[in-house]
Amino acid sequence: MRRMTWFNATSLTLGFAFLYLPMVILIIYSFNESKLVTVWAGFSTKWYSELFSNEAFLDAAWVTLRVAVVSSTIATVLGTMAALVLVRAGRFAGRTLFSGMIYAPLVMPEVITGLSLLLLFIGIGLDRGVFTIILAHTTFSMCYVSVVVSSRLVSFDHSLEEAALDLGCSPMQAFRLVTLPIIAPAVISGWLLAFTLSLDDLVIASFAAGPSATTLPIKIWSSIRLGLSPEINALSTILIAFVTVGVISASVASKRMSLRRQADERAAVHA
Amino acid sequence: MGQTVFEPWNDPNVKPLIQFRNVTKRFGDFVAIDNQSFDIYAQEFFALLGPSGCGKTTMMRMLAGFEAPTEGTILLAGQDIAPIPPNKRAVNMMFQSYALFPHLSVWENIAFGLKRERKPKDQIAERVAQMLKLTRLEKFAKRKPHQISGGQRQRVALARSLARAPKLLLLDEPMGALDAKLRQDTQFELMDIQEKTGTTFVIVTHDQEEAMTVASRVAVMDHGRIIQADTPARIYEIPNSVYVADFIGEVTIIDGRATRSGDGYDIAYAEGQPPLRAQTDKTFQNGQACHLAIRPEKVAITAERPEGVVNAVQGKILDIAYLGNLSTYHVELPNGQVIKSQIVNTRRLSRRNFTWEDTVWLSWTETAGVLLEG
Amino acid sequence: MRRFILIAVPYLWLLALFLVPFAIVLKISLSDIILAIPPYTPTLDFSAGWEGIKAFFGALDLENFRFLATDDLYWKAYLSSVQIAFIATLATLIVGYPIAYGMANAPDHWRPTLMMLVILPFWTSFLIRVYAWVGILSNEGYLNQFLLGIGIISEPLTILNTNTAVYIGIVYTYLPFMILPIYSTLERMDASLLEAAEDLGCSRIKAFWLITIPLSKNGIIAGCFLVFIPTIGEFVIPSLLGGSRTLMIGKVLWEEFFNNRDWPVASAVAVILLLILIIPIILFQRNEQKQREADK
Repeated sequence: MRRMTWFNATSLTLGFAFLYLPMVILIIYSFNESKLVTVWAGFSTKWYSELFSNEAFLDAAWVTLRVAVVSSTIATVLGTMAALVLVRAGRFAGRTLFSGMIYAPLVMPEVITGLSLLLLFIGIGLDRGVFTIILAHTTFSMCYVSVVVSSRLVSFDHSLEEAALDLGCSPMQAFRLVTLPIIAPAVISGWLLAFTLSLDDLVIASFAAGPSATTLPIKIWSSIRLGLSPEINALSTILIAFVTVGVISASVASKRMSLRRQADERAAVHA
Repeated sequence: MGQTVFEPWNDPNVKPLIQFRNVTKRFGDFVAIDNQSFDIYAQEFFALLGPSGCGKTTMMRMLAGFEAPTEGTILLAGQDIAPIPPNKRAVNMMFQSYALFPHLSVWENIAFGLKRERKPKDQIAERVAQMLKLTRLEKFAKRKPHQISGGQRQRVALARSLARAPKLLLLDEPMGALDAKLRQDTQFELMDIQEKTGTTFVIVTHDQEEAMTVASRVAVMDHGRIIQADTPARIYEIPNSVYVADFIGEVTIIDGRATRSGDGYDIAYAEGQPPLRAQTDKTFQNGQACHLAIRPEKVAITAERPEGVVNAVQGKILDIAYLGNLSTYHVELPNGQVIKSQIVNTRRLSRRNFTWEDTVWLSWTETAGVLLEG
Repeated sequence: MRRFILIAVPYLWLLALFLVPFAIVLKISLSDIILAIPPYTPTLDFSAGWEGIKAFFGALDLENFRFLATDDLYWKAYLSSVQIAFIATLATLIVGYPIAYGMANAPDHWRPTLMMLVILPFWTSFLIRVYAWVGILSNEGYLNQFLLGIGIISEPLTILNTNTAVYIGIVYTYLPFMILPIYSTLERMDASLLEAAEDLGCSRIKAFWLITIPLSKNGIIAGCFLVFIPTIGEFVIPSLLGGSRTLMIGKVLWEEFFNNRDWPVASAVAVILLLILIIPIILFQRNEQKQREADK
């Protein structure tokens, strides 16, 4: 008895208006001629051209992208391994500590994670820069990856792997040929999650980055602390567009895949 | 002192409890119920029987108040129930999924409806205790639904829907989730409870055996219409259509043309064969297409042609379905017609004399078959 | 051997980059500030052997914690963090529940789209989503322009740099965390339970209170913890939307570290923040555990 009552329609409309209106306003005012962000003075794309001629922003974007790609890739490998350990490895000494260390970063305030990593880097005399940001991001995003992947692994039918072993695969081959293709969607979404987390992170990067490296969020932060800036509106619009296109195409692709699968199954039944 | 037969539908002085008057229900273009009128009487155990999608569930949901008729009216004790919302109707429903509230104990589930009536606490406790006793659930009062077995859950659902002493209880496939053995026991228990409480029951089911077992009257439905509503015996013995005859139990349908002769009809069914004889109350034109429906247990099977029978045909045994207590023989006549004959296996296996490919005689009386219009 | 490598690699990584840093935080929180690099004492000197280790532990003390206890800035900040997180969580629940409910009752073919619309902001930069509200809530902002324009108010409202702005920011950014767990419990609910409740004499509203709310309890609890726990240590929202009087412990820690460069006190603040968080985290874990068992 699903009912689409006026109450539900209203709460959905208001709810989504609340979620999206601020971003829509941000986007609209990124095309504002005026330097005063809240006063409309006609359409213009000048803030975009200013943004693209701002070396500091471009440098920061380049650093962020490198950090995100490298850290999310390492995090995906480590996180998948950790997920396999959590779901498959059975009992071993220090298992509780291990799962504790996987779940703790998910609920840890960023300021604490950032602070502790900074103190470590200083303690062992590591120069802070791109490398330390990558270490920091890998550490917290591998935990997210392992949660995503392990939830898929739990529902994975173990007999598939056993069948592969039965048919003559080595354990490594069985993993590569059977397990990995099946958990691939979870691994991919884990990577995407790690990538976004890294792109997005301000607090941990601020601790882990020394004066030599500035990521985009750090750059954005230092400029919005001073107040509204039309350039930041333009940058936000680009980032929002980037994410929107990414999420929509990912969901369209997965919908296509499931439709094709359904069509294949139907064809198989009628063949 | 003879027991009075419970047949209110034959007594013009008894007012029906429920009256469907020209009820039609449409979902968009789809006609779920097609202009139906019928009555259900107080204390009846009324079964709506049919394949899925025949409209039986819609019928029930209209009684419960979850759907409103598109056209026509439904009267409960003479009153139009359309404006009464489900929570105000003196009708309760037992859901197919049982819909037991998982966060409440068995006791709280049964008390749920009573609490809505704002009855005093001691009365609620008393009524719940009564219901627990009726359904033999006293020991499980404190358990949550997921801590009891499927059969017990079914009884909780029944107790919960009966607790408010509704005028009418609706049961949606009440035994659908039970296994075959438990189902049989439960059917008798259900009849027992219906008799004890005197509540009118309307049951929806696709299981014809279940409907025949429990119901005082069975309504066979198809495509939004009630094809026949009658006692189980009459539904079985005197079906009014090929659909009903075929839906309930096993049957052989022989197509032919009827010709009046004496007090019955001759049915020509195959070239060069003598016609079959059948008696009926219905009248047929000479040469009218007809169907003769014969139940397999009314067909005798013998090695020799029996003496003094009206209908006797010869054929070859095509298949034998051995069911333990019964065996059904499928016998093919020379024209390709297959007739089923069912025999009670009173003898041990070794003494039975027919096997595949044997040529045998089938015979039945003039009144054994039912003659139906084509 | 293969199993050993599989376990050892992520294990060592987490030990080195998660557990060891914590030990360091704990250690520094027991140290004293000095004007040096690094700006705390003692430092562990292994070259002095056992004596050095003894001297090291001898120099550790709880002075920073005593300082936190005596200076009311800190315990006020803890208290106000918990209070802000609590109120914001309630507000998020009030805003989020109807949305989750509406989604669960929407037609089947809408639901994947609605789901995507809820998740999309989560992928969008947190910083930008908070920043968007600066323009809306400021004195010359869009909200004040709008309200002045339609004549509801004659003076601009001061919202930015108050706790109200912090609440709005938290509700806005954490809303998906509230909606998703509630939606998933509501979506799994058997619709015939509500019909049964109505059949047994409940009005729709009564059935909502007696059936829907108790059955979505686990989702509500999970959502509340998912908002409450990270909010306590929140830094970006109070710094950007809150005023000078908005006290939140994440902000205090940041300022202690970057502005005052008092590493021992910052570490002590972190240790206490963690202790405060342990209780809700354990409660949250227990709720998740219970739900997993209930699902079986």
